[in-house]
Amino acid sequence: MAAQIQFRDVTLGYDRHPAVHHLNGEVPSGALLAIVGPNGAGKSTLFRGLVGILKPLAGSIATDGLDVRDIAYLPQTADIDRSFPISVFDLVGTGLWRATGFFGGIGKASREKIGQALAAVGLTGFENRAIGTLSGGQLQRMLFARVLLQDARLIVLDEPFNAIDAKTSADLLALIKRWHAEGRTVLAALHDMDLVRGNFPQTLLLAREPVAWAATSEVLTAENLLAARRMCEAFDDSAAPCVADDLPSQAA
Amino acid sequence: MLTEVLIAPFTEFEFMRRALAAVIALSLGGAPIGVFLMLRRMSLVGDAMAHAILPGAAIGFLLSGLNLFAMTTGGLIAGFAVAILAGVVSRTTGLKEDASLATFYLASLALGVTIVSIKGTNIDLLHVLFGNILAMDDQTLLVVAFNATITLLVLAVIYRPLVIESVDPLFLRTVSRAGAPAHLAFLALVVINLVNGFQALGTLLAVGLMILPAGIARFWSRDITGMICIAVIAAVISGYAGLVLSFQTKVPSGPAIILVATVLYAGSVLFGSIGGLIRQMFPAPHLEA
Repeated sequence: MAAQIQFRDVTLGYDRHPAVHHLNGEVPSGALLAIVGPNGAGKSTLFRGLVGILKPLAGSIATDGLDVRDIAYLPQTADIDRSFPISVFDLVGTGLWRATGFFGGIGKASREKIGQALAAVGLTGFENRAIGTLSGGQLQRMLFARVLLQDARLIVLDEPFNAIDAKTSADLLALIKRWHAEGRTVLAALHDMDLVRGNFPQTLLLAREPVAWAATSEVLTAENLLAARRMCEAFDDSAAPCVADDLPSQAA
Repeated sequence: MLTEVLIAPFTEFEFMRRALAAVIALSLGGAPIGVFLMLRRMSLVGDAMAHAILPGAAIGFLLSGLNLFAMTTGGLIAGFAVAILAGVVSRTTGLKEDASLATFYLASLALGVTIVSIKGTNIDLLHVLFGNILAMDDQTLLVVAFNATITLLVLAVIYRPLVIESVDPLFLRTVSRAGAPAHLAFLALVVINLVNGFQALGTLLAVGLMILPAGIARFWSRDITGMICIAVIAAVISGYAGLVLSFQTKVPSGPAIILVATVLYAGSVLFGSIGGLIRQMFPAPHLEA
């Protein structure tokens, strides 16, 4: 199957300090990939680089023929102003941006689509509620509804089940499986190993540097997880410039 | 009797009719901008910008008198210079944008007052600082109306990205590159409407007809369309009542308009249907579900 995403020796980070260091690999089109790793492992940073918010310090990320609008990204903490007076219906409707752009009307067909998306996440009846009145779980359901409407070929979910109860997690997980069945590429950063083992065929274990990237059962072994936990979290302000580019054989 | 007080000034005097037309135009353009300023937590940025554009407007004023076209051009140049300089400083150094904006607008205000007081008379300074809506000529009125029209047209173009950028900026960044241009266009509209208010209200109060109606609207509507409509209505009422008050009592017109808006604001804080104090004191019983 064709590669949808190619990481070519990517280093991503902040102020020259790498948060993801020399990542190589391919995500095939239609993959369902879990990204696992301790806090500070670079999962969110990797996603930010992937959706184009963060420029790589080195290397490149190729998304084969994907336009920004073909990527749906759900950040870890949505940067949403919840006091803004907008209804759930309207906010979910922004997911149709790809179809509507600046001026496109929201016609009857679009309204039905929004209604269906809300029904799919169990928020029917919330159409006219202001977003500030939603609970954390309801907000996450709403954001999933928007991802649903974005109709994207690549879906990137950053810790989508944080602070979400079991029922909501199960509902949203069903949506992820539906996207996978529809042939979309889905990447999700997760902490619940049982959930990953049970539902995600492929896993990338990241600890700044890739620890393992293969079938989930091969990746989530005790020694791999231990190796990931041992990675150092702190930036070293006096670190020397990375010379790994000159010593490719010893990079790992 | 009532007709004499409320309507006669406008049927009898042409300058009152022009003033009324001007405040209606100002309300139509400025109030929606004020609503966005408030919702984007930029209310005081509007105030800072009003001070920042003073030197540009002052230079225009000194070159060609109270010519709104010259003042608008000068104000736009000064406003953008300050906005861009503040943006550059905060992006290239560690200073936050509000801190660098404060520096530049204060410098700009000092420069503006210096220019006006060295080159002009005290009357000129008072004129620039407080405006005089009763001295509106045809050309100025046309510029005010033109600016209001431009404002509404541009706002219609950038409305959707502006709303999305206000509520979820990260989302807009991932689906479109319209966020930054929409923000810049919005800042331009802020400057245009501030300069527009110069003739009527002066530099210091120009922002009042933008922010106060927005504050009023927040107490009466939960959604943004309703807020914009209420803000425009509140601005028109303030303008009309302020003109009548000014005509009957000799209170200067600019302050009169803003004082009426302040009274409406106080009334809204007390009696507003959404979060008003009286409503909070006597809440309706809670619902079953």
